[in-house]
Amino acid sequence: MLEIIDTGLDIGGKTLLDNISFTIAPGEFVAICGPNGAGKSSLIRLMCGELPPTRGQVRWNGKALHDWNLLQLARQRALMQQRGEVGFDYTALEVILLGRHPHHQGAAREMDSRIAEAALFEVDAIHLAHQIYSTLSGGEQARVQMARVLAQIWEAAQGPRLLLLDEPTAALDPRQQHRILGIARTWANKGDVAVVAIVHDLNLAAQYADRIALMRDGRLQKMDGVEAVMNPDAVEACFDLPCVLLKHPDGGTPMIAARRNH
Amino acid sequence: MSSASTMPLSLRATRSVHARSKILLALGLVLFVIIVLAAGTGAVQIPPLLVIKLLVTPPFSTAWQDIPQEHMQQAMVLWNIRLPRLGLGILTGMALAISGAAMQALLRNPLAEPSLVGVSGGAALFASLAIVLGGSWMLALQQSIGEFALPIFAFIGSLLVTILIFIISTRQGRTSIALMLLAGIAIGSLCGALIGLMTFIASDLQMRSLNFWSLGSLGAATWPMVGMVSCLGGASVIILLKQASALNTLALGEVQASLLGVSVRKLNQVCITCIALAVGAVVSVTGIIGFIGLVAPHLVRLAVGPDQRVVMPACGLVGAILVLLSDLLARTIAAPTEIPVGIITALLGVPFFLALLFRMRRKIGL
Repeated sequence: MLEIIDTGLDIGGKTLLDNISFTIAPGEFVAICGPNGAGKSSLIRLMCGELPPTRGQVRWNGKALHDWNLLQLARQRALMQQRGEVGFDYTALEVILLGRHPHHQGAAREMDSRIAEAALFEVDAIHLAHQIYSTLSGGEQARVQMARVLAQIWEAAQGPRLLLLDEPTAALDPRQQHRILGIARTWANKGDVAVVAIVHDLNLAAQYADRIALMRDGRLQKMDGVEAVMNPDAVEACFDLPCVLLKHPDGGTPMIAARRNH
Repeated sequence: MSSASTMPLSLRATRSVHARSKILLALGLVLFVIIVLAAGTGAVQIPPLLVIKLLVTPPFSTAWQDIPQEHMQQAMVLWNIRLPRLGLGILTGMALAISGAAMQALLRNPLAEPSLVGVSGGAALFASLAIVLGGSWMLALQQSIGEFALPIFAFIGSLLVTILIFIISTRQGRTSIALMLLAGIAIGSLCGALIGLMTFIASDLQMRSLNFWSLGSLGAATWPMVGMVSCLGGASVIILLKQASALNTLALGEVQASLLGVSVRKLNQVCITCIALAVGAVVSVTGIIGFIGLVAPHLVRLAVGPDQRVVMPACGLVGAILVLLSDLLARTIAAPTEIPVGIITALLGVPFFLALLFRMRRKIGL
């Protein structure tokens, strides 16, 4: 269980996040949406423990993040960042093996290699295994990074897991966008994985997430089930964008389309 | 695709580990051959087989008594002159190259050099201060601790300057490596200016020893000196080698490394301390020997890839090989005069480095 309790974050005298509270249970997939500068990435930085909150607390499994042993936490929580740059000429497979560091701390075992390959296979990128990461396209790099975070928290035996994705679909073509969010959905369906993803495309979020959090100006504006969030008023209030509600002909997922800007 | 198709991949991964240990073994052999060759070359020639035979009969062993009279001179030269020099060369190469590899991993920049933490500049500054302004005070120091006077002074300088740079780039226990780079450049220039001032006011004689110091030489090698350097440098290098897999994770950036369970703050501080101690210990004795810390890691990465667990030990061996070869050249090319080894490493290192840049140029599509 991930608990965000009355949390706020100030950096350099500026309030980036304020008064945020919610919980996310394993088995759940929450999408975070909101305009640029709303604080989505800052929130995910708090959730992964990179930054300590200025106010309030972030707890994972009943324990504040900064009380966790770094290695133990690393086996349960992984973050895919927006820009996954890798220094030096590592191959895709080697990058994923770096993600196994909390499990082997240096001496990668046969099992780690197998998990790395399975993760690469899961993101449909096994053919990239021995290519140099820095020579891959942005979309290919994103898939390798996805495989890396999956490999990091691959084993269920490590307890409930937390998968944090900061705009995982930003660099991807539509087919790969659906593939990556489909994987996120599958992992949430495992029951012991809580998934949080920042997604810019509301309709994409609506198709895969259980709940959507709308953020604006460092505050949580609305957080609810997909049906409740996907209404034109809520979306307009968050994005200042007049829009209409549609139904996906295939399954009836609510979809939002913007009105034309005059 | 099924599990059957992923099998060969893991096989390949394990095979490359074997290939890497073979490379380390091969480098070790090369180093040994060079040690034997270099030990036998000089004013007193010693054939390779005799070198190996004498190597297993150190002066403190009982077998030393059994060395035939016609080999005694060679044995003395080997044990009193050549071996301490080789030992210092090996330590120098290892410390510079492994520190270079660690520095490049810390900065995620292949152009980083161990001297960026200010060690060399600090050592050079204090050495020149001692040489030019030391006067009678330095003379007295030399009378009490002899050959150690200048190195100890230089070592103190290297530490002081590194600490200064460290303080500038650290706030609330967090060290910004990028800030460190900038502070290192600034303080390095300041040291350079002060050294220039010392050169300006130096007498001809002082100028000569200043010059000699700044060009680097293994000529100061004696067993006590080697012992002192190996205590400080050796321990630091071993600690650096232990950080290899943590340094690997830094390739993903400091944030990801810490999310992978690595205490980045501690890693930065441990590595910088060890680099400063190792390079400081070496540079204080040898003077500035450039390019080893830059060239060796590049050479090694070309051959074995970026994995620090292989790169760092291989760098140690390659660094030692490069320094021994350069020193061999330095003392034979114009024999009986000795050219400062720093000149040789720069003469060989610069074209090599330019060749690397040309390769890189193609890679980035220029």
